[in-house]
Amino acid sequence: MSPSVTTRPRGRARQGVRTGRPHAAWVLPGVLFFTFFAVVPMALAFYLSFTKWNGLGDPQPAGLDNWRKLIHDPRLTQSLTVTVLLTVVSWAFQTVVSLLLGVWAAGRQRNRAVLSAVFFVPFLVSSTAISLLFYALLDPNFGIVRGDTLGTTSGAFLAIVFVGGWQFIPFHTLIYQGGARQIPEVLYQAAAMDGAGRYRQFFSITLPQLRNTATTSTVLMIVGSLTYFETVLILTQGGPGTDTAILPYLMYEAGFKNYDFGYASAVASFLVVAATALSLVLVRLSGFGAMRSTREGM
Amino acid sequence: MESYSRRWFLGAGATTLISAAGLTACGSGSGSGGSGGTVTAMVYGDDAAKIQTAQVDRFNGSAAAKKAGGKVRLQKIPAADYPAKLRTAMGSPNAPDVFFNWGGGSIKAYQEAGRLIDLTDTIKSDAVLRDGFLRTVLDAGALKGRMYGIPMRGTQPVVLFYNKTLFAQHKLQPPTTWDQLLDVNAKLKKAGVTPFALGGADIWPELMWLEYLVDRIGGPQVFAKIKDGDASGWGDPAVLKAAQTVKQLIDDGAFGQGYSSVSYNNHGASAAFAKGKAAMHLMGSWEFSTLLGIFPDFAKKDVGWCAFPKFDGGSGDIRNVVGNPNNYWSVNSRVSNKDAAIAFLRDCASETYTKALIANGDVPTTTIAAKMLDSSPNPEFAKYQYQMVQQAPAFTLSWDQAVDPGWQQPMLTEINKLFVGKSSPEQFVSALKGLK
Repeated sequence: MSPSVTTRPRGRARQGVRTGRPHAAWVLPGVLFFTFFAVVPMALAFYLSFTKWNGLGDPQPAGLDNWRKLIHDPRLTQSLTVTVLLTVVSWAFQTVVSLLLGVWAAGRQRNRAVLSAVFFVPFLVSSTAISLLFYALLDPNFGIVRGDTLGTTSGAFLAIVFVGGWQFIPFHTLIYQGGARQIPEVLYQAAAMDGAGRYRQFFSITLPQLRNTATTSTVLMIVGSLTYFETVLILTQGGPGTDTAILPYLMYEAGFKNYDFGYASAVASFLVVAATALSLVLVRLSGFGAMRSTREGM
Repeated sequence: MESYSRRWFLGAGATTLISAAGLTACGSGSGSGGSGGTVTAMVYGDDAAKIQTAQVDRFNGSAAAKKAGGKVRLQKIPAADYPAKLRTAMGSPNAPDVFFNWGGGSIKAYQEAGRLIDLTDTIKSDAVLRDGFLRTVLDAGALKGRMYGIPMRGTQPVVLFYNKTLFAQHKLQPPTTWDQLLDVNAKLKKAGVTPFALGGADIWPELMWLEYLVDRIGGPQVFAKIKDGDASGWGDPAVLKAAQTVKQLIDDGAFGQGYSSVSYNNHGASAAFAKGKAAMHLMGSWEFSTLLGIFPDFAKKDVGWCAFPKFDGGSGDIRNVVGNPNNYWSVNSRVSNKDAAIAFLRDCASETYTKALIANGDVPTTTIAAKMLDSSPNPEFAKYQYQMVQQAPAFTLSWDQAVDPGWQQPMLTEINKLFVGKSSPEQFVSALKGLK
């Protein structure tokens, strides 16, 4: 348990009850919300994954049929590969750009503040609107990219990476900006006295100091890319062929295009298990439990 | 600190779970049941639904409605999600009594679940329904010879549009045979004009090429067999020949280089056609209204139309048509007031309703429409479409609407693979033969 709770003086605790000390009932709204909007639908999806149902009448028990089909579906392997690739490439692209932008934006100059505000705009636009915008910009006759971008595997893939980056880099820039501003000024002053230049300062102070910020940003990116969906739906519809059909798209297609809700639920359940496992692994690896503050004197 | 780590874990985990579960749970129904004598009618909520709104208002005050003891209440569903919304509503206790559909495969699942009223006998015994509509259109929406729908909007045959000015400039005639088409293709390419606009990013415009090619090469019975769920029908030599012809056109540069990135839905393909970058466009007849809306000068001056050419050595009649014969109203077997529902369907053959559709630029498939088309905003094109449909020996429903919904997406994916060069014509055929 956290020492900060157990070592509190008893007197203050009693006083706290009157002013509203944290209490089991406080978590009720959150628990209810989570139950109705996450646990119940998930349980239903899990149940449906053992049935055959086209949306009409009652679901018919189908045993392990959907799961067997899922394991042997070549499209599962393909979409897993695409999902992993998309995650890794997006992570690399977004991290590099937002790190540099974030550190730059951490400066207190007025022009940087103004530009940072402008840079943030894409994040405020809905991903559907952004995807439609880029869909038009990729038109080979009238757009800004004149090749057959969406007709080739690499073109379609990179278009998704770029559009995703365009939307989410502002958010991660903000995280890095916040992180960079937390770095104590004295470190830079000391480094300057020792004769370190700007690059040396960046690699020896800024980067190591942003370790925890990078972890936060990475976890958000990875978990986010597992549920990435609208861009693929609008920009490529999983194409060319099935080359950009990531897991959530596979699930959508099975459910709302083929009306095979049993199979769609199997994909959904698989996605839940995979995402939960990945989150757990990330939390272990990144050492959130053991994270230490890097601020001076703490 | 442990509390910190747990909160983070929950936060990260919960975000994922909610997003994943939220996707599964979306698409909730929005139907509301017909109480007492009221009949609910669910319609595709695009701009044209205003005609149905006016029809319902008029019908509710009519003698026919009073006699049947019921009124109609219209539910407009935003267009893009219509099929999924309809499916959800039909699976709920709040299903509509009467609903808009495309006939064929789009109602197959409902028919199999016993949720449709078989209208065949009603149509046979009722002169208004039997003689009120073009027979080809009534037949095109049927399932295994039984009728479940009444035509309720305009017909949408797929037509080969061409740019009259460009054709005159390069001294070309609209092609009527495949050899002529290839000749026109070669001349246009030489002149630096893309022969055909194609919105390949949406995939369904690619489908139209195969629909017509299979018909012209092997006749309408090739797809008729496939439509009824026989995947071996894809093994017909006409399908392979059509796929090879498509590949040849692509390799020839008939669609230009970037057609897979051109979208029809955002008007990219129409713009390429209207701006003279492409000289022809194989598209549903609605393309004319679209062009009138966004490039009115071009639509009025430069647009010509013709039938898809005959394929040399093929057995399909040049008068055969593919596309959407019409949209239909079908009746839920759990309808609250069947008399009122049938009375409403009979109104679709009426002169008033036909007139309203024509004024909107549609070409209704009622029999009386023939002599009323002069009042259309584009009488020339309206008459062309009407005669095209009236004289067609066969009208093949768009494949994606005709096949079982479970086949629709895999079929479109295979067609896309053929067009982007990920499948050879042989692989295309064998993949489709494997559909279950």
